Amino acid sequence: MSAPAAATPDPAGAPLPAPAGSGAGPRVRRSARFGWIAFVVFAVVVGLMALVPVTQSVGNINNLTQLLILIVMGVTWNLLAGYAGLVSIGLQAFIGLGGYVLLELADHNGVQPFLALGLAALICGAAALATSFVVFRLRGGYFAIGTWVVAEVFSLITAQVNSLGGGSGTSLNSLSYLEPLTRLKDVYWAALICAVLALAGVYLLLRTRTGLALTATRDDEDGARSLGVRSVLTRRIAFTVAGIGCGAAGGLYLMSNLDIVPSSAYSVNLSAYMIFIVLIGGVGTIEGPVIGAVVFWYIQLEFASYGAYYLIALGVLAVLMTLVLPGGVAGLIRRFTRVDPFPVGYTLASEEPTSGGAQGP
Amino acid sequence: MIALEVDAIDVHYGDFQALWGVSARVELGGRLAIIGANGAGKSTLLGAIAGSRPLTSGSISFDGRDVSKLPAHARVALGITLVPEGRRLFPSLTVEENLTVGAFRRRVGPWSLDRVYELLPIVANLRQRRANQLSGGEQQAVAIGRALMNNPSLLLLDEVSLGLAPVIVQSLYAILPDVSAEGTTVLLVEQDVGQALAAADRVQCLLEGRVTLEGDAKDLDRDSIRAAYFGV
Amino acid sequence: MVWVNAVVQGLMLGGLYALFACGLSLMFGVMRTVNLAHGDLSVVAAYGSLALVDALGWSPFTTLLIVIPGMAIVGFLLQRVILDRALGVSALAPLLATFGLSIALQNLLLQIDSPDARILPIGSFGIGSWRISSQLSIGWFPLLTLGVAIVVLLAIELFLQRARLGTAMRATRDDAATAQLMGIDTRKMYALAAMLALATVGIAGVFLGMRTTFTPTSGSDYLIFAFEAVVIGGIGSVRGTLAGGLVLGVAQTVGAQINAADPILIGHLVFLTVLVVRPRGLFRSSVLA
Repeated sequence: MSAPAAATPDPAGAPLPAPAGSGAGPRVRRSARFGWIAFVVFAVVVGLMALVPVTQSVGNINNLTQLLILIVMGVTWNLLAGYAGLVSIGLQAFIGLGGYVLLELADHNGVQPFLALGLAALICGAAALATSFVVFRLRGGYFAIGTWVVAEVFSLITAQVNSLGGGSGTSLNSLSYLEPLTRLKDVYWAALICAVLALAGVYLLLRTRTGLALTATRDDEDGARSLGVRSVLTRRIAFTVAGIGCGAAGGLYLMSNLDIVPSSAYSVNLSAYMIFIVLIGGVGTIEGPVIGAVVFWYIQLEFASYGAYYLIALGVLAVLMTLVLPGGVAGLIRRFTRVDPFPVGYTLASEEPTSGGAQGP
Repeated sequence: MIALEVDAIDVHYGDFQALWGVSARVELGGRLAIIGANGAGKSTLLGAIAGSRPLTSGSISFDGRDVSKLPAHARVALGITLVPEGRRLFPSLTVEENLTVGAFRRRVGPWSLDRVYELLPIVANLRQRRANQLSGGEQQAVAIGRALMNNPSLLLLDEVSLGLAPVIVQSLYAILPDVSAEGTTVLLVEQDVGQALAAADRVQCLLEGRVTLEGDAKDLDRDSIRAAYFGV
Repeated sequence: MVWVNAVVQGLMLGGLYALFACGLSLMFGVMRTVNLAHGDLSVVAAYGSLALVDALGWSPFTTLLIVIPGMAIVGFLLQRVILDRALGVSALAPLLATFGLSIALQNLLLQIDSPDARILPIGSFGIGSWRISSQLSIGWFPLLTLGVAIVVLLAIELFLQRARLGTAMRATRDDAATAQLMGIDTRKMYALAAMLALATVGIAGVFLGMRTTFTPTSGSDYLIFAFEAVVIGGIGSVRGTLAGGLVLGVAQTVGAQINAADPILIGHLVFLTVLVVRPRGLFRSSVLA
């Protein structure tokens, strides 16, 4: 006896028509052609990075720590700009705040420094959430500058607080229980953990409904809203997460440099770095900021000594990348290899013939 | 003499094809009405003629000249003027300013501010009012006046009747004879079939981007129009 | 009386801020893009004027004859070379491109000149003032600056309201697509807006350079002040821009009386307060920006 709507499978392998009411059709599936390979590669890279403090020189450990911090910053800025569509030149507000909160917690309140790092990040997230209620009244370029004003306010207010060193800055003491080399290694591992968390966090966030909402809102806010996407809430979440990421970066900077001063901690140059990283690497992809951070880190190591010329070139490069290669390096790679190492999208899988007839009698 | 020749044009919105090999021609001084259901492609056709929608293939000639590649603002200089769907007046400008913007290209001809005010008394009464403070009917009158200020050789009217009371629509269409008298060719898009048949010499019907019917307005019967309109 | 003096000084400073803000607002209104290199371009004008002063011995006022058209040309190039293309790439692109330009300009100036503070010399005119009372004096130069600011803003307002091209620009600002259908070449409108904006930036830069010292990185501060003035006044109206500038100027000078350590912080706080309390600004124009 055959079910009324089913058809026997065509031996030549043509797809089965979907039986009425089965709800089958083109299947929606995670795009993950290279997903497993990428995951393995990622795990291997992380493993190798974890071995760095054991195998590398002091100088290299320190340099790589800076790289990891840049990755955190780049991933964060990219989440906000590339996925939430919010360009900000004020995220340094939370980088500086992260450092100062860590200082306050660890030096003045006896919190274990590495624990304080986590707390500082969360507190910066809360600060970002609070700030969003003010700055979200602005859009586009005005939002970008508005966040910068907030950073300046944070900086100027911090400079008035004497217990935090005022305008001339101060140093972190609570890591002095560690031998310098041990401190270097511990901070490195903390940075590595933060970078992995940042990447994993953003990746997982984007795979959730919030992530889809983010991309939809970025691409077409009115369209997204008409479909019920709560775009303001979505953006607020993104901004809060950005606060967390930057707070962590700021804390890590303090732990690796030990000195902190408002004019550097809240400097707009930090935004410039984030923008360069993401422009070079590619806005709106997850691997983009990583690539960008590596390239930028390398450029900095090699050329920073050229001072103003180096920065002029960087500025011009930013302009060129924006106009000519908006997808960045990651975009180039995707165009030529069609590899998507961090799949967050969905694809429609065409119906495939199944052996034996899945909906047979 | 043919004023406008649309030759088998395709128009896409991204991947979506809105017009499939659509052709049309209008005699100098003539009036062609394009009718069809929502989404049939009528506004797209007008947009293609006005230059706001690029062609994927085919060509458009006006006055014997190929305008397919000309940007919209250049076509205005030739006298192709569109009254867009939804009026699209400039909200922060007054009515008079909206009208003078219409004359930006300073084309020579019979239409002037005074003449427009004479033809459309409602507009004359509103001249200092901000455009975003007008009713639908008032806006439509201003929009038509604005187009006339360009001294158009080809006047494109997109859904003039949309959202307006029949009385107002009739009063607006009542100015068409004056427009044609100046030798202006008119191409109008209308959902209201009766109005279209009354206002035009020739009619074409679009369905899902294709021409399904064309002929003289007086010769077409309701049944064939219905068939072409709905595709049954 | 000290307070009155502070307010008066603030009004005159505010005129300068209004001038800065004007260009920013114009470009945003017409092109929907914020030029992050705005402040740096004014500093470029100041350095340009300085170069002419050094080379030709002119007074800074005379250099305006060259600086203003020069900046207009820069504006045209900025529009055609960078902004036009950026507008076609994405909504974020103009921000990123002008940011890169800002960095490049600051460091270019650093390289050509030096980090040292500069000033445009105006001799005794800069110090002269009317003494109204023992605590209130009105400097000639600040007063002139306020006058120039008002004249320029008025001129732009008149242009926008009365001139054929000005009306066309307002039409473009309202609805660029429909403006095209009126025969307006929007690309030309953008270029015109950029040229006008940068001309005002040039004037602002030279006057600021005469008023106080400047360095290659001063542009960042000017951008922020211009931006705050626009937001306080209300995005979209010239009158608002003037009001915003004046409010910011007064906030800073009165703030200096309250806490001499950081008048700029007071300005920022006033800005944030306006943003929270009256987000549309003091003179919101009736059309959405």
